[in-house]
Amino acid sequence: MTADSASPDVPLHLARHPFFRGMDPDFVARLGAIAYERSFEPGAFLVREGDPAEEFWILFSGKVAIEIVLPGRPRTTVQTLGSGDIVGWSWLIEPFISRFDARAVKATRALGIRAASLRSLLNDDPTDGYHLLLRLLPVIAERLENTQLQLLDLHGA
Amino acid sequence: MNAPSLETPNPWLLAPYSVQERKAETADTATIVLAPPTGHPPLRFEPGQFNMLYLFGVGEIPVSICGDPTDPEHVVHTIRSAGRISAALGGVTTGATVGVRGPYGTGWPIEEATGKDVVIVAGGLGLPPLRPVLLEMLRRRDRYGRIEIIYGAKSPRDLVYYDQIQAWRARSDLRFQTTVDTAGPDWYGDVGVVTTRLPDSRFEPKNTIALICGPEIMMKLAAQALVQRGVDRNAIWVSLERNMKCAIGLCGHCQFGSDFVCRDGPVVRYGTVERAFAFREL
Ligand SMILES: Cc1cc2nc3c(=O)[nH]c(=O)nc-3n(C[C@H](O)[C@H](O)[C@H](O)COP(=O)(O)OP(=O)(O)OC[C@H]3O[C@@H](n4cnc5c(N)ncnc54)[C@H](O)[C@@H]3O)c2cc1C
Ligand code: FES
Repeated sequence: MTADSASPDVPLHLARHPFFRGMDPDFVARLGAIAYERSFEPGAFLVREGDPAEEFWILFSGKVAIEIVLPGRPRTTVQTLGSGDIVGWSWLIEPFISRFDARAVKATRALGIRAASLRSLLNDDPTDGYHLLLRLLPVIAERLENTQLQLLDLHGA
Repeated sequence: MNAPSLETPNPWLLAPYSVQERKAETADTATIVLAPPTGHPPLRFEPGQFNMLYLFGVGEIPVSICGDPTDPEHVVHTIRSAGRISAALGGVTTGATVGVRGPYGTGWPIEEATGKDVVIVAGGLGLPPLRPVLLEMLRRRDRYGRIEIIYGAKSPRDLVYYDQIQAWRARSDLRFQTTVDTAGPDWYGDVGVVTTRLPDSRFEPKNTIALICGPEIMMKLAAQALVQRGVDRNAIWVSLERNMKCAIGLCGHCQFGSDFVCRDGPVVRYGTVERAFAFREL
């Protein structure tokens, strides 16, 4: 993992990311002002299960594996994420503890936002909070649906 | 309907092919290469068609033809052990005799795809029946627009045609995405069901032909995702599977809605079976 960099391009990158595209430009600019860029080498963790979910990660390039680790079983990847995706929502749900590992499997570039700052922005203006939730919900719904399909074992038929 | 080959006028007639080669693909799947008996005409087929394979004393099952359509002297089948007959056929050894009749059924719409982008979605053992159509399209690559292939399997251990996939992935004139439902840490590819790779695929929905093969539930979900992307239902083709006996439209074993899969399929337009997909037990 390389150190955070406060590139002047960060607000622009954020505004162009599919997750934020079309959202209120003022809100996105406020997020852009507190976001930072970070690179992860293959193998580096963005998020670790059980750790406080202190950052919201927005992916620009690379590949990140969402992994589950169960005692006595090999580490299992249940999904991979890449450019255009966001990593997790534990930062928004009490008790703000990460539920999965998220590990870079390729060199990955991401924008991060400190969860505490983000939550306070959302609390300050619930309209922004609502719009962010409207963006987050389809992502959660899609991942839930995909998990159901994986459980159905589409290929076992 | 594609009539049984003119070169095999009696559609019931089995020809004794010999097993030239057998290659294990996964723990339960093998590819066998069959050679026709001396003097027997080569088995010309359209990509998408199937043969009935018979093992003496065991039984007969339908299996798609997975080889190169320009090499009819080698009849290639990839077989997964699903039960008694498929296990025995997949386990044959070099030199063994396998009765072959065919080819039967409809093929993939190679002509209709001319001038269009092509999206191929294969799930599990759906890749082998799509291999001939891909080989054919690559032979006449300039006829088609973009070619996007998404291949999904349960786990990395369940992927077939490993070497062939590496060769396809190395080409710059097609995009081959592989995804698995779950994987260990040694897998650097994508993880997620096949539909998760569609947003990443580049094609012009209004000028696209999609070919989907795999378990019915996977075909249904992939077709729905493509329709949502703007692809016409009738530009999406799926390959149906039903238990078969005669394979020539006589016994009714393979009925699907009002059609017989052996005669009116296996390759059909999604638009014509969408309702049956929705209401039938999957
Ligand atoms: C047009 C067509 C093309 C096919 N192509 C291939 C192929 O390329 N490779 C391959 O391995 N298999 C293919 N199959 C499926 C293959 O025919 C079946 O797996 C086989 O008939 C099972 O017979 P069995 O005696 O081994 O198993 P059985 O004991 O009869 O059945 C074992 C299990 O498989 C299920 N099954 C049986 N028949 C089918 C079927 N037709 N489709 C799906 N599930 C079935 C049964 O419900 C049961 O759960 C194809 C089927 C069709 C109709
Ligand atoms: S298998 Fe007999 S009608 Fe199709």
